[in-house]
Amino acid sequence: MAATFQVLGAATGLFFSGSFDPQRLHLPSIRSVSERRTGFLVVRSDGHIVSSWNFPARRTQQFITSSIATKANEAASATTSKPGHELLLFEALREGLEEEMERDPCVCVMGEDVGHYGGSYKVTKGLAEKYGDLRVLDTPIAENSFTGMGIGAAMTGLRPVVEGMNMGFLLLAFNQISNNCGMLHYTSGGQFKIPIVIRGPGGVGRQLGAEHSQRLESYFQSIPGIQMVACSTPYNAKGLMKAAIRSENPVILFEHVLLYNLKERIPDEEYVLSLEEAEMVRPGEHVTILTYSRMRYHVMQAAKTLVNKGYDPEVIDIRSLKPFDLYTIGSSVKKTHRVLIVEECMRTGGIGASLTAAITENFHDHLDAPIMCLSSQDVPTPYAGTLENWTVVQPAQIVTAVEQLCQ
Amino acid sequence: MALSRLSSSSASRCVDLLINPLAAAAAAIPRRLISSDTTPITVETSVPFSVHNCDGPSRSVETTPKELVSFFKDMATMRRMEIAADSLYKAKLIRGFCHLYDGQEAVAVGMEAAITKKDCIITAYRDHCTFLGRGGTLLECFSELMGRKAGCSKGKGGSMHFYKKDSGFYGGHGIVGAQIPLGCGLAFAQKYSKDENVTFALYGDGAANQGQLFEALNIACLWDLPAILVCENNHYGMGTAEWRAAKSPAYYKRGDYAPGLKVDGMDALAVKQACKFAKEHALKNGPIILEMDTYRYHGHSMSDPGSTYRTRDEISGVRQERDPIERIRKLVLSLDLATEKELKDMEKEIRKEVDDAIAKAKESPMPDPSELFTNVYAKGFGTEVYGADRKEVRSVLP
Repeated sequence: MAATFQVLGAATGLFFSGSFDPQRLHLPSIRSVSERRTGFLVVRSDGHIVSSWNFPARRTQQFITSSIATKANEAASATTSKPGHELLLFEALREGLEEEMERDPCVCVMGEDVGHYGGSYKVTKGLAEKYGDLRVLDTPIAENSFTGMGIGAAMTGLRPVVEGMNMGFLLLAFNQISNNCGMLHYTSGGQFKIPIVIRGPGGVGRQLGAEHSQRLESYFQSIPGIQMVACSTPYNAKGLMKAAIRSENPVILFEHVLLYNLKERIPDEEYVLSLEEAEMVRPGEHVTILTYSRMRYHVMQAAKTLVNKGYDPEVIDIRSLKPFDLYTIGSSVKKTHRVLIVEECMRTGGIGASLTAAITENFHDHLDAPIMCLSSQDVPTPYAGTLENWTVVQPAQIVTAVEQLCQ
Repeated sequence: MALSRLSSSSASRCVDLLINPLAAAAAAIPRRLISSDTTPITVETSVPFSVHNCDGPSRSVETTPKELVSFFKDMATMRRMEIAADSLYKAKLIRGFCHLYDGQEAVAVGMEAAITKKDCIITAYRDHCTFLGRGGTLLECFSELMGRKAGCSKGKGGSMHFYKKDSGFYGGHGIVGAQIPLGCGLAFAQKYSKDENVTFALYGDGAANQGQLFEALNIACLWDLPAILVCENNHYGMGTAEWRAAKSPAYYKRGDYAPGLKVDGMDALAVKQACKFAKEHALKNGPIILEMDTYRYHGHSMSDPGSTYRTRDEISGVRQERDPIERIRKLVLSLDLATEKELKDMEKEIRKEVDDAIAKAKESPMPDPSELFTNVYAKGFGTEVYGADRKEVRSVLP
């Protein structure tokens, strides 16, 4: 969702729950917000009213570019670097993958239709022509064995990137991912490293049906030895892809079907993000909202409403699903004392459940209210559009939750 | 003849020669105690190879006296190690699962003779002897079985997770059949780096019914990988006989488009010949399936007596007629490469070696508590990890 805050609260067409169209999302440049620098009043939880002419000035500057972190801002203001280039999220993934394949001849891609077809979401388009059949491999429909083969190749030092056409198909490879990918480094006493990247789109799409709308982060999160990251913007998609490939540990990179066409301006220079860091999307004072992947955009949409209602939410895109960036999260909790988790996983045993446990255990003393966790309903995703909208968390629910939390 | 008074070794050898007329003929030729010749000998395999979609190798195997004696020594060491592991398990020093390989030693030894340490071997959980064949030491073996620090996986793997990266032994896998795609991945990496080596992916007759085998074989044949799939057919998948589990127990034919070869797995020389043939084939024409017709004397694991689904007569019958060590012993004796006594002395020495290794392994300490958290991730990120009680055993993930 647009990371800009139209501080005047002008309604845009994006408010309607559930029908937001990622195709129409464009992150505006800095100038459009600086025109509208009117302030707003913030009511703190202790009742103290603060006139906010001071910090919004800084804050608008910050949160405009927040989804691009601080780099693009610096890039724009620095005279030495170029302004960057615009691209869609799947192109960013491809750029990251291509740069890594160029840099290291051990990187190869395996998956269904990644080669000649160009990838079912075009992430690997053009790579087979450039790198040949041995580095971009079309596999038959045999997830269990080609994931196993990727792991076997990784044991010798190759760095395969295994693509699941849809994350849900990787359930067929669960044995390989859990037992071999996650555990081999440990059971061999450190002899083998498994520098594999397993990636693919998951999440609830647009009426794709139950089996194609799965969120596997909840199933994989207990596997010891793997790292999980979820990308949400073109900037972090490219950075996380590069970091995942360079990592010595097995990394599962969760993409989202509906986010592939997000457009953003990313730097021209090479950059790699940290796999274990969370991203501060919008700093705030009242409540910490933790989210990842597509729900980030629902949260930002809700944040618009919340800001108009006078709340100041701090939005953090946790990005690293395993392990959690408890440092960033903890600093935020210590500041705001209230936590709302918004996720697309199921309620039972999801990322939110683990995160709730982790925060309660570590930061219990800093919480003024119980942690609220908004997750998808514990149902198979229905086909009907209206029902599908009701399975995932909608911005209106987020607004209500924050209001409830901040009472 | 007061021969019993004579005590010098040369004198006792004279006694042997006198008593044993066959060896008298050879007595005229001065020879060393145990032959370490490298002059080639040709031996015929006792059972012909069955082939599927290929011309198998010839039945005449080239070997040398040195190799035959080393076969005997290696197989006797493996046998002794497995029997010792049996007693250790019953003494509760080895816990959990312990799958013993005695009876099947010829497969491990024959394969080693045909390949180099740059070729990769990956197998399932019956991996103690394969590990030894790849260059593992008895100390590493016993320490790992007993969960000690000196083990090959630092005590964290156990019986089913022996690995030796520097000599191309990729384990050691507990889940039936899961090692086959891994093995094809190793072959893929070998093809990728163009180093003219092959991978042997071993599995059992039980695993031969796993879908992932056929998936991996399909991909390996499509991409022309130097993978050799070896079915160690000991005729029982735990308690289920092969005819009850497989509609077609001709495992070497199951590859359909991939050529197959059935080998007498109790004959180390036949195994060597087949593996050599398979290596050449895989490097030129792609994957091939080998079926080793072998037998295990113990049950599936230590918790299985091994006699509920097969008769004791069957087990002792195989032991009498097809035992791999006895076969090599007879061959060595008939070719007069060593005397009976020398072989017995060798076995005594092996027994002592094994006992020493066990004693040393028992002295090795258990891993430190901090080892619980090491090697979960490679190159850490500084996250602190607490033990279950949140107070003790803290460490930073490495």
